[in-house]
Amino acid sequence: MVNKPAQKTTKRKSRTKSHSKSTDNPSNEQLLTYYHEMLKIRRFEEKAGQLYGMGLIGGFCHLYIGQEAVIVGMMAATEKQDSLITSYRDHGHMLASGMDPKGVMAELTGREGGYSKGKGGSMHMFSREKNFYGGHGIVGAQVSLGTGLAFAHKYRGDNGVCQAYFGDGAANQGQVYESFNMASLWSLPVVFVIENNRYGMGTSVERHSAMTEFDKRGDAHAIPGLKVNGMDVVEVRKAADLAISHCRAGKGPYILDMETYRYRGHSMSDPAKYRSKEEVSKVRKESDPIDTLRERIIAAGAADDAQLREIDKTIKAVVTEAADFAQKSPEPDPSELYTDVLSQSLTHA
Amino acid sequence: MTTEILMPALSPTMTEGNLVKWHKAEGDNIASGDVVCEIETDKATMEVEAVDEGVLGKIMVPEGTEGVLVNAVIAILLEDGEDVSAISTAISAAPAQAPVPAAAATPQAPQAPPAVPAAQALQVEAAPAVAPEPEYSGPMVNMTVREALCSAMSEEMRKDKDVFLMGEEVAQYQGAYKISQGMLDEFGAERVVDTPITEHGFAGLAVGAAYSGLKPIVEFMTFNFAMQAMDHIINSASKTLYMSGGQMSSPIVFRGANGAAARVAAQHSQCYASWYAHCPGLKVVSPWSAGDAKGLLKAAIRDPNPVIFLENEILYGQSFDVPDDPEFVLPIGKAKIERSGASVTITAFSIMVGVALEAADILAGEGIEAEVINLRSLRPLDTETIVNSVKKTNRIVTVEEGWPTCGIGSEIAAVIMEQAFDHLDAPLSRVCGVDVPMPYAANLEALALPKVHDIVAAAKAVCYA
Repeated sequence: MVNKPAQKTTKRKSRTKSHSKSTDNPSNEQLLTYYHEMLKIRRFEEKAGQLYGMGLIGGFCHLYIGQEAVIVGMMAATEKQDSLITSYRDHGHMLASGMDPKGVMAELTGREGGYSKGKGGSMHMFSREKNFYGGHGIVGAQVSLGTGLAFAHKYRGDNGVCQAYFGDGAANQGQVYESFNMASLWSLPVVFVIENNRYGMGTSVERHSAMTEFDKRGDAHAIPGLKVNGMDVVEVRKAADLAISHCRAGKGPYILDMETYRYRGHSMSDPAKYRSKEEVSKVRKESDPIDTLRERIIAAGAADDAQLREIDKTIKAVVTEAADFAQKSPEPDPSELYTDVLSQSLTHA
Repeated sequence: MTTEILMPALSPTMTEGNLVKWHKAEGDNIASGDVVCEIETDKATMEVEAVDEGVLGKIMVPEGTEGVLVNAVIAILLEDGEDVSAISTAISAAPAQAPVPAAAATPQAPQAPPAVPAAQALQVEAAPAVAPEPEYSGPMVNMTVREALCSAMSEEMRKDKDVFLMGEEVAQYQGAYKISQGMLDEFGAERVVDTPITEHGFAGLAVGAAYSGLKPIVEFMTFNFAMQAMDHIINSASKTLYMSGGQMSSPIVFRGANGAAARVAAQHSQCYASWYAHCPGLKVVSPWSAGDAKGLLKAAIRDPNPVIFLENEILYGQSFDVPDDPEFVLPIGKAKIERSGASVTITAFSIMVGVALEAADILAGEGIEAEVINLRSLRPLDTETIVNSVKKTNRIVTVEEGWPTCGIGSEIAAVIMEQAFDHLDAPLSRVCGVDVPMPYAANLEALALPKVHDIVAAAKAVCYA
C-alpha cells in the first residue's frame, strides 16, 4: 500500500463533540420504550421465520434479528418530517417507523392486506404516511435514492433529514461514493447509516473490504463519520442525535458505522457455513442488544422482571395478531395483476 | 396448551428433508432461539431454532428419519407447568406421524392461476384511453427543436415549482447542446443543477427526489451514458408504483440525445428506443419536429410516471412551425399521420420521420402514395393508428435507426400479425440500422444508417412495383 488513507488529512471535528444532554442518561421511560420496540422486532422476525418454515412466506426473507438496537436507537432521534430508506433487510425499519405489524406480515405472506397489496413482498414495502421509502432489492440503490430524498428536503426547506441505511457489503458499491460526493458537495441532510453486521451475504468484511473502517469511508468526500456500538441502543441514540442534528443544522451529510451482528443467515436458505457457531453464540451471550438492555433496565430499577414479562406478553399478542391477519387476509384479486403499472392520474398532485 | 413444532421449509424450493439430529431431548427446557435439531435439505444441513419457549414434551420424528415432509409435526412443546399428560390430547389432535403431504399442510397452497383469455394475456399496457391531439388553429411561431425543448421546460418550471432540471453541464455551461440556454439565469442554481459526471448516482438521486413528489427533469448528455443509470431507471423508477401497490409513483423525465449523431463511433451512436419500450412502468416518447418536442416534453413533465424522452442531436438545429400557445400539449400515446396516402404505410420516429417524408416525395413521383406515420410515442405505441392505416394501404414498411433484432419494427410486425394479418397484401418490411456497432469512417457510417433510397426500395418492394 503506497497511498496513505485520506483520513489522515481530513478534519474530523464532529467526532469529538459532546453528545446531546437529553440522552446521556436515558429516562426509565425511554429505556422501556426501547425495550418494547426492540422486542417487537425480534418477536416479529422470529414469527416471520416460523411462517417461512410453514411455507406461508415465499421467496427471499431477510431477518433483522440481532440488529434491533440500530433502528430503534436511530428512530428515537427522528422527527416527523424525516424520511427513511433501506435495503431488503427491512422489516425492523418498517416496524420501528410505526408501520402496522399486520400490514407488514400480510405483505410477507403476499396477501391483499399487505402494505403493497401483496405485490411487493418482504423486500418491497413503502409508507408515505410514515415517510418510509422502502424496501429496495438492488444492493446500494437506496443510498442514491436516499440522497435524493435529502435533496428534496433541502429543495423544499422542510427541515427534514433522510436516513439511508445500508450494509457493509453495499458500502463497496460505486453509487455509494457518487452519492457521498453529491451529498457533501450540496450539503444534503442525509445520515448514511452503515449497518456493519460483519458479512456481505457470506463474505466477511475482511474478505470484501480493503479498508474496513467504514466510519472513514467519507473521508475522500469530507463527510464526518463515527464508529458506534450498534449493539447498544443507548449508544446508538447518542450517535443518532449527533448525526441528525449535524444534518439538520445544514452542515451536510454524516456517516454512522454501526457495528452490529446478524444472528440468522443472510436469507432463510443460508446454512451459514462461513462463520462458526461459537462466533454466533458468543455474540448472543455477551452482547445481545435486548438482553443487555434488559439487565440495564433491572439494574436501573426501571422495571422488574414481572413488568418486563408483561411487555413480553403484550408483544406476543401483537405479533400473534399480525400472523393471524397475515394468514386470513385473502390473496390479491387476479385483477390486481394489471393495476398500478402506470399512475392513471393525468397530472401529478 | 401444547405447541407443535413443524418440519420447516428452509429454502424457497424445499418440500422435504432429513431429520439428522436432535439437539434437545424430551424433558429439556427450550428457550426461543435454541437450536433444537438439524435438518438436511438437498442443498445443505441447517440448524432449526425454537421460536416458542417451553419444555420438549415429545419427539414425534426420531433422528435419522429421511424424507420428512415440510409442515409435518416433528415434536410437541409443553408450556411451563404443563405435564406430559397434556400430550395425549395433543397427539390425538395432531396429524399421524406419517407426515402429511406438504401441499395439504400448507393452508394457502398457491391456487392454479385462473385461465386468462387470450385477449387479456395480450394486455401489455395499463394506460388510460388517450385523448386525441387537440385541434389548434391559432398563430404559429417558427423555432428550432432546441428552442422548443427549452421553452417547454421553462414554461413548466414557471408554472410548477416542484419541477427542476439536473444533469451534466445544464447550468453554467448552458447545456452541452445548449438546450438549457438561459435557464440558470431565470431559475437559479437550486432549480437548474449541474451534476458531477456520475449518471448512476444522479439518476438515483433524482428518482429519490421524485418519490418524495418533486418532478425532476434529468438530462443525459446522451442516452449512451444512461446505460450507467439503467438500474435506477428500470428497478427504482419503473417498478416502484407496482411494488408499492400504487403508493409510490416516480414523476420524472429522463431526456437527452439518442441515436447516432455524426462520426462519434460505436459508444456514442446507439438508439435505445426498443430497450426502454420493452419495460412496463415507463412511457417512451421520441419527437421529430419542434412541435412534437414542445408538446410532448410538456406532457412528459406533467405525467405522473417516469417518461423516457429520446431526442436527436442532428434535429436540435432544425426549424419548424410550433403553435404559439403555452397550453399546447400533445397526448403521449398518439401517433401523427404526417402525410396521407393509400399505397403503403411507412412508420418512423425521431429523425427518420424526415427521411421517410423525403422518401414519400420520391415515391409520389413514381405513382406510389405513401402514408407516413410519425410514431411520436413508442410506449404506449399507438397501434390503432398503425393498424387502421394498414387496413387502408395493405402494405407497411417500418423505419428506425436502431438495430433490427427485437426492435420497434419487430414489435410493429408482431402487432400487424396479430391485428391486421388478413389486410396485408405483402409481408411487412423493416428498414433498420445495420446490425453492427457504429463505425467511425464516414463511408461506413453512412452505410450503417437507413437512407432515403432504402425506404424507397422497401416501399416499392412491398408494393411489388
